[in-house]
Amino acid sequence: MSRTVVIGIGNPLRGDDAAGVAVAELLRERAPAGVEVVACSEEPSRLIEAWEGADSVVLVDTVSSGAPPGTLHRFDAGEEAVPARAFRSSTHAIGMAETIELARALGRLPGRVRVYGVEAGGFESGASLTPAVEAAVAALADEVLADLEEERCTSAP
Amino acid sequence: MSSRRTIATDYLARVEGEGAMTVRLDGDRVEHVELRIFEPPRFFEAFLRGRSFLEAPDITARICGICPVAYQTSAINAMESLCGVEVPEPIRMLRRLLYCGEWIESHALHVYMLHAPDFLGYESAIELARDAPEAVERGLALKRTGNDVMVLVGGREIHPINVRVGGFYRVPTRRELRALVEPLERARETALETVRWTAGFDFPERVVDCDLVALEHRGEYAIERGRIRSGGGLDLAPAEYDEHFEELHVERSNALQSQLRGGGTYLCGPLARYSLGAAQLSPLAREAAAEAGLGDECRDPFRSIVVRSVELVHACDESLRLIEAYEEPERPAEPVEPVAGTGYGVSEAPRGLLYHRYRIDGEGTILDAKIVPPTSQNQLAIEDDLRDVVAHNTRLDDEALRRLCEQTIRNYDPCISCATHFLELEVERGT
Repeated sequence: MSRTVVIGIGNPLRGDDAAGVAVAELLRERAPAGVEVVACSEEPSRLIEAWEGADSVVLVDTVSSGAPPGTLHRFDAGEEAVPARAFRSSTHAIGMAETIELARALGRLPGRVRVYGVEAGGFESGASLTPAVEAAVAALADEVLADLEEERCTSAP
Repeated sequence: MSSRRTIATDYLARVEGEGAMTVRLDGDRVEHVELRIFEPPRFFEAFLRGRSFLEAPDITARICGICPVAYQTSAINAMESLCGVEVPEPIRMLRRLLYCGEWIESHALHVYMLHAPDFLGYESAIELARDAPEAVERGLALKRTGNDVMVLVGGREIHPINVRVGGFYRVPTRRELRALVEPLERARETALETVRWTAGFDFPERVVDCDLVALEHRGEYAIERGRIRSGGGLDLAPAEYDEHFEELHVERSNALQSQLRGGGTYLCGPLARYSLGAAQLSPLAREAAAEAGLGDECRDPFRSIVVRSVELVHACDESLRLIEAYEEPERPAEPVEPVAGTGYGVSEAPRGLLYHRYRIDGEGTILDAKIVPPTSQNQLAIEDDLRDVVAHNTRLDDEALRRLCEQTIRNYDPCISCATHFLELEVERGT
């Protein structure tokens, strides 16, 4: 049986950085059977372990590309690299986009990889989601859910 | 032609105003070196006021996704010392085991994913994985074992939930811990391989001459407890920290940087721990260090990758020793009653000394909190080192110089991940 994992990435204590985690929270109750939903820090071994053995993975993270806050970005990372520039990176950890490429190089990437980026407004410590991002989170949860349902129907025997 | 140039590495725009590094040169003269570090602890210090003293470990664990156990441990040490609680040996051993798991995870991440590509001429671990997948797989396997230790003892790896002031919510059985033996034995072999691998890298010969500060505890390589020692002769209880160290406000930022009172840069972390306490490493780790060519001390920041690898061996060895010696305690936690006053706690986070101080009232409400992470303590030393590295390499072009600067910063494994986006490079040339 095919296995799908949905991973929400982010730091819940840094304003809009919580967007990915918030989407995961919304989906946790509603995801179809056979879909695993996890919240995760963007840390390579944890991400790679989280999707180990899955055929399909959905990743949700925050993006900073200069678009208006709340803008949704969609990438098919099974086909091509995700622009690392839009997602976080640091000297101290490697980000989600780099982890996807690392896993690709190691042959540890599921066949289907969809990446959703929510354009962030602010990253203030202790702040909650900004209104535009909160609305985007709700819309994205619906979109991912519809996609998961469709995937389940098409993959059913 | 103007010889004036600025090399800056800025965070991604999403964290506005939180720049990382600026180096300004006028010809061969280094005009300005600045490392800017966003510091979540300032927010957490305010957030802690008014909360229960029992919540401090849980709240501070969220400061860093890489070293939550360090924050928990320093907070717990502060609260328990204030409230006069001494935990029984099995609880202390479990804490040390949990902390070893964090060291394994953090060091494996840094050595393999971040630092090694610098030495091997790769832009990142991705390129390294294409050419040498077996090396990156080794790093991931080591990290995973560290994770497994954290999950088993801490209940969860990113934010261990099984940890409390006084002990644990639930303690593992001997049998449960035995499940870690085989993975840890494999990890120890991998760690030894890591030492041999990193020892073969090319190192520019560098020596930092600032003072070194690390914890010491008799008979052991200090991790979860100890007195504060320096190469310059300090030997302090955690409560004496503030008398000897001070934090300076950095202009235009909420960050603080530490120095010895009266002026004096110091370094904490692997180089300091090793140089002050190599004799306390496990025999196997000492042997690996000797084979790698490390002497009694190591003051070369580039060789910190070898020291971290040696510490990986020690952390695996120590974990196995702790598991072997573990006897389940009578109860998972000691009762703790709040005592009004000020508590002080220290521990050795993977990247260095982590100091916590709390003032609480008789009800256990936190009135005041102070947290000094290792990266603030190392900041002046990193800037001094950067200045010197740049001064000796002004002939490099901007791109080569930027890479060398980033590697110099990475030598210290600074904890800026919680907010840092170290991506864009801007090179400005004056006219």
